[in-house]
Amino acid sequence: MIEVNGVTKRYGSTTVVDDVNITIQKGGITSLIGPNGAGKSTLLGMMSRLLKTDEGTITIDGMDVSSTPSDQLARRLSILRQQNHFEARLTVEDLVTFGRYPYSKGRPTIEDKEHVERSLEYLDLIPYRKRFLNELSGGQRQRAFVAMVLCQDTDYVLLDEPLNNLDMRHSISMMQQLRKIVTELNKTVVIVLHDINFASWYSDSIVAMRDGKVIYHAGPEVVITPKALLELYDVDVQVETIHGKSVGVYYGAMSIPATPR
Amino acid sequence: MSVRSAEERAFPALEISPLIRLALLLAGAVGVVLIFMTIQANGNWDFILPFRGRKVLAMVIVGFAIAASTVMFQTITNNHILTPSIMGFDSLYMLIQTIAVFALGSTQLVQVDNRVRFLVEIIVMSVFSGLLYWWLFIQADRGLHLLVLVGIIFGVLFRSFTNLLQRMIDPTEFAVLQDAGFASFNSVDPSLLGLSTGVIVAVALVIVRKNRVLDALALGRETAINIGVDYRREVMTVLTMVTILIAVSTALVGPITFFGLLVAHLGYQVISSSRHRFTIPAAALFSVIFLVAGQLVLERVFSFNSSLSIMIEFLGGLLFIILLLRGGRK
Repeated sequence: MIEVNGVTKRYGSTTVVDDVNITIQKGGITSLIGPNGAGKSTLLGMMSRLLKTDEGTITIDGMDVSSTPSDQLARRLSILRQQNHFEARLTVEDLVTFGRYPYSKGRPTIEDKEHVERSLEYLDLIPYRKRFLNELSGGQRQRAFVAMVLCQDTDYVLLDEPLNNLDMRHSISMMQQLRKIVTELNKTVVIVLHDINFASWYSDSIVAMRDGKVIYHAGPEVVITPKALLELYDVDVQVETIHGKSVGVYYGAMSIPATPR
Repeated sequence: MSVRSAEERAFPALEISPLIRLALLLAGAVGVVLIFMTIQANGNWDFILPFRGRKVLAMVIVGFAIAASTVMFQTITNNHILTPSIMGFDSLYMLIQTIAVFALGSTQLVQVDNRVRFLVEIIVMSVFSGLLYWWLFIQADRGLHLLVLVGIIFGVLFRSFTNLLQRMIDPTEFAVLQDAGFASFNSVDPSLLGLSTGVIVAVALVIVRKNRVLDALALGRETAINIGVDYRREVMTVLTMVTILIAVSTALVGPITFFGLLVAHLGYQVISSSRHRFTIPAAALFSVIFLVAGQLVLERVFSFNSSLSIMIEFLGGLLFIILLLRGGRK
């Protein structure tokens, strides 16, 4: 269970996350959605100890993320953020093996190798395992990073827009893999998504944010509605029900002038 | 992108493991040292061996210090075009020299015990950087890039202040200072060599112990934290090691961080892995080869009428360009 209590983050005089209180239950996929600048990534960054909170506390199964030793947290929670540029010359396999670092501190055992193998397979990366990261396309690199995080085998997996750079096939396959680890391995996935329809189709619950505040924390059937989406995005979205899922159609929608808040 | 991947493939045809490459480099370094030790000895072994041996020892520890500090600095800043000299170490060293000459005068200064001077230089340089890191990184909780930026600004400040003082002093004193601005292995004080070797060996042992942490730090802050590295603590450890290495080598032979960039890149080029247990030794061996070969050319070809930095930059720069061009063609 991830508990966020009264968390606030400010950059100078701008408050990007404003007194957020949410509880994310164990198991299932929770999506964070909302317009640009809503504070989704910042909130995810604080949950994963990459950013400090200015006020409030965040605990993961009762462990305070700001005071629990980093290597202990790394076996419970993994995080993948959007930009992952570095100079190191690594192959896909090297990178994925780093997912085992919290357990083996850089000396992978046979068991670690098995985890690496499984993650590579999960994300369709076997043909690219010996390729250097900078020789890959954006989507392949993205999958390599996700494979590393899966290889970490943590109860909680936090992903910041993992569908970036992915084509349709790989986006679907990524979401299905996440669904699979949730049902088969009982993981908890918290994911920032831009596409409301992916959020609607795959999430168990949605945290919808705007201007640093959580506006909704409910199932997709509550959040993916014309009223809620108008409130969140200032866009008049038509919502249809397809195969029992709410799907928003917004491609030709008129955007309403943003209401100043 | 294309430039980067070309760089990766500098040696595509040679599928040689990093260990064998290191062994070849080691053989090269030993070869150069042997030539340096034995050339034109004329049988005066009792004098020649200890005399040249001290120079070689100085070059080995300084070479290692420069290479290791540059590779580690590039790892934590995640930037392969920076060197620790950007943090103003060289200019701080020159400022200390200038202030000493300005305040005491060069005749007074030579009477100061070398060991005292050495310790004062090391302490001033370490305390300055220690305070800088502590203030920015721990106290103000700022990122590493701001730290580097502030380091650059301090470097400029020190250099300007040095220039100002140098204009105000006696021209003959100025000549003494100018000499201090060039690294030299010709007059290494034997009493300092033992101490420096001890310090640098101690740092080397820490590096060996931390090599896997360095590999993880190379992934950048966020990924390193994700896999459980205590980022702030480890980066401070690395910065401290970098500072000690630079301070000791600069106090021993003078400012010489300039070729760290060169040897680090040669190291990355020949080792097709970014693991520090290979890249640091490779860069250090290149460093030793260049220092010894440069000193050899300086002594035998130019009869000391040049400076070591010119030798190294010429030889090393040439090799670097050849490697880049070879990589670019493939």
